[in-house]
Amino acid sequence: MNIIVCVKEAVDLEQVRVNESTREPTLEGLPLEIEDLSKNAAEEAVRQKEQHGGTVVALAAGLPTLKKTIREVLAMGVDEARLVLHPSLATTDPPSIARILARAILQTEDYGLVLLGEGSADNFSGLVGPIISETLGLPGVTGVRELKIQNGVARCTRDLEDCYEVVEVLLPAVITVTSEINEPRLPSLTDVLKSSRKPVTELQDLGLKEENRTRRVKNIAPPSSRKGVLFQGEAGEAVKSLLEALRRDGVLT
Amino acid sequence: MAKILVFSEKKEMGLLSKGWELSAGGGGGQGVAAVASSAEGMAEYFSYGANPVYQADGDHTAAEETWADLLRGIVERGGFQLVLLTSTKRGKEIAARLAYALGAGCVTDVTSLRWEGERLLADRYTLGGNCVATEEILTPVKVCAVMPYAFPVGQPDPARRGDTVVVTLPGESQKRVIERRAKAHETVRLEEAERIVGVGKGLLHKEDLEMVMELAGVLGAEVGCSKPLALELHWFSEDRIIGLTGSKASPKLYLALGVSGQIQHMVGVGRAKTIVAINKSADAPIFKGSDYGIVGDLYQVVPKLVEELKKA
Ligand SMILES: Cc1cc2nc3c(=O)[nH]c(=O)nc-3n(C[C@H](O)[C@H](O)[C@H](O)COP(=O)(O)OP(=O)(O)OC[C@H]3O[C@@H](n4cnc5c(N)ncnc54)[C@H](O)[C@@H]3O)c2cc1C
Repeated sequence: MNIIVCVKEAVDLEQVRVNESTREPTLEGLPLEIEDLSKNAAEEAVRQKEQHGGTVVALAAGLPTLKKTIREVLAMGVDEARLVLHPSLATTDPPSIARILARAILQTEDYGLVLLGEGSADNFSGLVGPIISETLGLPGVTGVRELKIQNGVARCTRDLEDCYEVVEVLLPAVITVTSEINEPRLPSLTDVLKSSRKPVTELQDLGLKEENRTRRVKNIAPPSSRKGVLFQGEAGEAVKSLLEALRRDGVLT
Repeated sequence: MAKILVFSEKKEMGLLSKGWELSAGGGGGQGVAAVASSAEGMAEYFSYGANPVYQADGDHTAAEETWADLLRGIVERGGFQLVLLTSTKRGKEIAARLAYALGAGCVTDVTSLRWEGERLLADRYTLGGNCVATEEILTPVKVCAVMPYAFPVGQPDPARRGDTVVVTLPGESQKRVIERRAKAHETVRLEEAERIVGVGKGLLHKEDLEMVMELAGVLGAEVGCSKPLALELHWFSEDRIIGLTGSKASPKLYLALGVSGQIQHMVGVGRAKTIVAINKSADAPIFKGSDYGIVGDLYQVVPKLVEELKKA
């Protein structure tokens, strides 16, 4: 059984800065990486492979920079990567990305399981997993925190707001994972070096002319004006200065 | 013209109030209908203006694909243009499946929703909470999953009546439910708290919460937490998470203890009047987003804080 893991590239969210006059984020020049929840999905795929055998294929649709960033999951133990690359994919809405990924999945031979994050750390729309499941007509389970595969059945523990829900589905299935499902491994230097020999292919003709159904009108950081006053030194003194400041501001009486 | 259908897992009447406001805009006044997941509380739906109320014979825990299927039928038969759901995990999945089936544009985790002329605009956080994006939904039928408690609840009119339409959830699902284990649940609403003490992983042992509770007690504050304290350590119920996936609070004072201040957390207190952070690392990102900070060990600072506050 082959396992497919769909992954996404994003900027390092800790490094996002805002242009003070336009309030727009400045993203140019920021390092791109495979975002956190995709790494949870990749880790889960590799662990399932280690238990049950088979190979893990990573799929991604995005910018040409993926050719480099995808190495991150190859170093984690993913065996090969297939990419749909186009500059326009940066502004493609999540449902369209899901339909492109679904087509890429159909071209992948003998897969039993499709894994991805329940959302991405940057956008967290939660749309991609369920729409892949709809497009392919496969069972789909979201928000999975524990996954056991046995005899062609996936037993999934979903982490929902009000309960843990244990469900079973027949494979092949599309399963989205939470960030609590595992701790993604940090690849060793040898793993990183080996990853450069793993195959990365570009998929063509997947019908990139997806129609967006939503359009981003603007993307603006809310104004923030915090005082940023720091009290250092001995705890007792710092506490006194803090309380004085809070009383002066009328926050405490 | 806008004819609006509301289905809220959390039975949020704020969605109906918002539905009314939106149905009057966009050229229309066409009214709001609701889908209820049981026969209970129908009068409440009517009192907030829903008519008709589609009364389903299942409950909100039924498989998402069956809910999506039921809603698709109602939307198609009733000619609804906008569906509002609550953006819980279930709600988001239902929204995604429904949008697929209807060929509709869909936005999840919506924090604000309005007409601009004929255009429906929805706001949601992006870049992990760094920014707010405004999305225009381009399709004639639109699906929005709205952040819990994003919209205020309007005035009910207990005298209002309406029609009940009994509908049947399709039984077929590809998921077989083995068991459900309820989670500890509290009715705390951090959105309404005046003061909040927030705890992060800087707190090392569960027993140390006693010290935090004492501080919250003297401050008259609610206690909130970072996501890992609820989801990894299970020291708190999820109702107490502050941030992107938790509550968006607007207290007069937010006091963060041992919280690193990642953007996904800070977006939950962006509207706080004053933010104070106690963190032992001077480089912690939380200090950049705070009005006041003490660089120090919370195990030393918190007892001092309690001591000084008690003096006053
Ligand atoms: C899609 C997504 C959604 C998320 N949503 C949320 C959300 O809604 N809410 C949320 O909180 N997080 C959320 N997160 C997680 C978030 O990114 C951070 O991982 C999390 O907030 C970190 O929690 P923390 O600050 O408690 O822990 P850490 O980051 O581990 O920070 C602990 C801090 O404590 C300090 N410290 C340690 N010891 C002491 C001491 N003795 N005295 C004082 N300080 C000390 C350390 O210097 C450190 O800064 C989300 C993540 C993703 C990917």
